[in-house]
Amino acid sequence: MKQSMFKSAKGLWNAFPMILGTILLVSLMSTIIPNSFYLFLFSKSSFLDSFIGSIVGSISAGNPITSYIFGGEMLEQGVSLVAVTAFLVSWVTVGLVQLPAESAILGKKFALLRNLGAFLFSIVVAVLTVLILGVIM
Amino acid sequence: MKFKDKLKQIPGSWYFLMTIVLIYILLLVFRQEAILDSLTFFCQLIYKMIPIFVLIFVLMSLSNYFITPEFIMKHLKEKGIKKWFFMVAGGILSSGPIYMWYPLLGDLKKKGLSYGLIACFLYNRAIKIPLLPLAIIYFSWQYILVLTIVMIIFSIIQGILINKLMEVNK
Repeated sequence: MKQSMFKSAKGLWNAFPMILGTILLVSLMSTIIPNSFYLFLFSKSSFLDSFIGSIVGSISAGNPITSYIFGGEMLEQGVSLVAVTAFLVSWVTVGLVQLPAESAILGKKFALLRNLGAFLFSIVVAVLTVLILGVIM
Repeated sequence: MKFKDKLKQIPGSWYFLMTIVLIYILLLVFRQEAILDSLTFFCQLIYKMIPIFVLIFVLMSLSNYFITPEFIMKHLKEKGIKKWFFMVAGGILSSGPIYMWYPLLGDLKKKGLSYGLIACFLYNRAIKIPLLPLAIIYFSWQYILVLTIVMIIFSIIQGILINKLMEVNK
């Protein structure tokens, strides 16, 4: 158990600069970027919003904690839930940064198909999640 | 060791943090008020997150203790529909960086594991139980529950599609 705790502490410590940097960046963006910017970037249509969210999530990388912090603040700024969902899903399912390693070990064709599929599914998953939530809530 | 080599050993995430701190210092000269507002916002966020990080640490320790690559390998030998179930569970319960799992998955591929099952495992790594408390605080439990269920369903759909596409492309 001691070893598991050490491993967890090490994992969190490795993520520490990224998390701290993200919280600082989010705090800065929340203060200096007006809400109207986010509303201009998103709020076009559900499909386009989720597409933009997926692109932003796909090119971003790092601990999922970072995506929750970013996603939560995007929501507070008035970005639609569908765009934030697509962003969250693509952040964790599309791995552009890991693509070379995935290609080398599991094959180029598989890595490309899997990441492309994950990108397209992040849009579908986002739209479907928001639709279901709309029905049940 | 040369200074240049020492610099190379510093992980990129520290450079990211240093860049953000530098931006703060630079902006402090031009927009002092905005920086003070940002720091207040930062303190509020940190205060909100401290108890969640303690919980994340406990859950991560438990998952590291009970869920090992050996545990997952043992259950991947299941047949039929059970195999999909264990791939979903294995992906959700697995911990550590994704690249750590590539060699094991590559080895399992050689032993006959289908590409679809590997894709299903990798997709479900997106669902992290230790991080759920933080996600719930930001997005509500109803949202996280629906998102998790939809993602699990789509991980299996992606697995089936990858199996078909890899067959076509052979």
